[in-house]
Amino acid sequence: MIRPMSLQAHELSCRRGDRLLFENLSFQINPGELLLVEGHNGCGKTTLLKTLVSLRQPDSGYVSWQQQAIGQWGDEYRAQLLWLGHLNGIKLDLSAIENLTIACALQGLQVSGQDVMQALDRMGLYGYEELPVRFLSQGQKRRTALAFLVLNQTPLWVLDEPFTALDVKAVDFLQGVIGQHVEQGGMVILTTHQQVDLTSGSINRLRLAA
Amino acid sequence: MLRIFRTVLWRDLLLAMRHKTEVLTTLFFFIIVISLFPLGIGMDKALLQKIAPGVVWIAALLASMLALERLFASDYEDGTLEQMLLSPQPLFVIVLAKVFAHWLLTGLPLVLIAPLVGLQYHLSGETILMTMLSLLLGTPVLSLLGAIGAALTLGLRGGGVLISLLILPLYIPVLIYGAGAVADSLLSHNNVQSYLLLLTGFLILTLVLTPWATAAALRIAVE
Repeated sequence: MIRPMSLQAHELSCRRGDRLLFENLSFQINPGELLLVEGHNGCGKTTLLKTLVSLRQPDSGYVSWQQQAIGQWGDEYRAQLLWLGHLNGIKLDLSAIENLTIACALQGLQVSGQDVMQALDRMGLYGYEELPVRFLSQGQKRRTALAFLVLNQTPLWVLDEPFTALDVKAVDFLQGVIGQHVEQGGMVILTTHQQVDLTSGSINRLRLAA
Repeated sequence: MLRIFRTVLWRDLLLAMRHKTEVLTTLFFFIIVISLFPLGIGMDKALLQKIAPGVVWIAALLASMLALERLFASDYEDGTLEQMLLSPQPLFVIVLAKVFAHWLLTGLPLVLIAPLVGLQYHLSGETILMTMLSLLLGTPVLSLLGAIGAALTLGLRGGGVLISLLILPLYIPVLIYGAGAVADSLLSHNNVQSYLLLLTGFLILTLVLTPWATAAALRIAVE
């Protein structure tokens, strides 16, 4: 039996210290859907995303992937997943090429040097590939981290504030990449304070209010 | 699995090459601590020979503590540790690669510099070789055990001191067997082999068990 690909949250509750962030939160995401998590600062958006990718355990409830708790999937679930957090997850002393090559190896992706260069070029980093990332601007660092999206083929993307520090052109490009992913039957969960325009697929909104 | 091991090893060595100070600190700390004893105690040949095994090993213990704090801390701060935890590759292999890189950068230089140390303490060629051999077997254990402490104290303020308190007691067997092997080669040679076998046994045990413990500690620390 092939189970339909979907991510479900079952009555999730999370606390931070003695503050309740959210309680009994349940939702489901199917292929071709984008979930936009909204809410003011400090309402638990990042905590929710970290719980969904298993970086954090919920205080009650559970998350399931294809009807099975993610704890039971282990590495198999992580192979379906791409996470991009507040922190870029890149080494400042390495160049963009080196960073991207390592990120691909960690994900188990087989990519050629040419693929890596093309991805960086598409992210608008032409001419900056060999420089240690330390010398790039904040937006360019973010672009280096985001170049991984272009190469990645995992179905589930979880992105925490992907648009921060990006200029208008890069935001447009990134929206295109996300839109294409959703169009091809991928799933995206993201938090942002910006307007997201998608050409196809459906946007679900989840509003957290603590 | 071998591929991810190679990639992480290459990454950590590359990072160290662009940050040479961290590597050199450990080495120079080791040399300086060892050189202080002859200066403080005087040039009594018999006395220096007698204290040499203990001094070398205690200096090695302290030197290997120095760089431990940075083992996972920098990856934790820039978010690359999150990416490693969420990688579908087995975490213990990633941990093992990082620890191996750490040993190559902090443990192996101590082994190689040991002859220089021996000269200051009037050790014979044979004893110097024994010092190098015991360090070669013992320093990987220090890195492997230390990684658990580094993972457990991740993200804590004043983690550096805490690591020492957690890990130094665990280093005691290595100190006893390592210094014992060198001391015995100075005197009788009767028990050298058993000391070395115990060190080897300890190395195998930590090699098998600690990467799992470190991986588990990392998952807890990130939460």
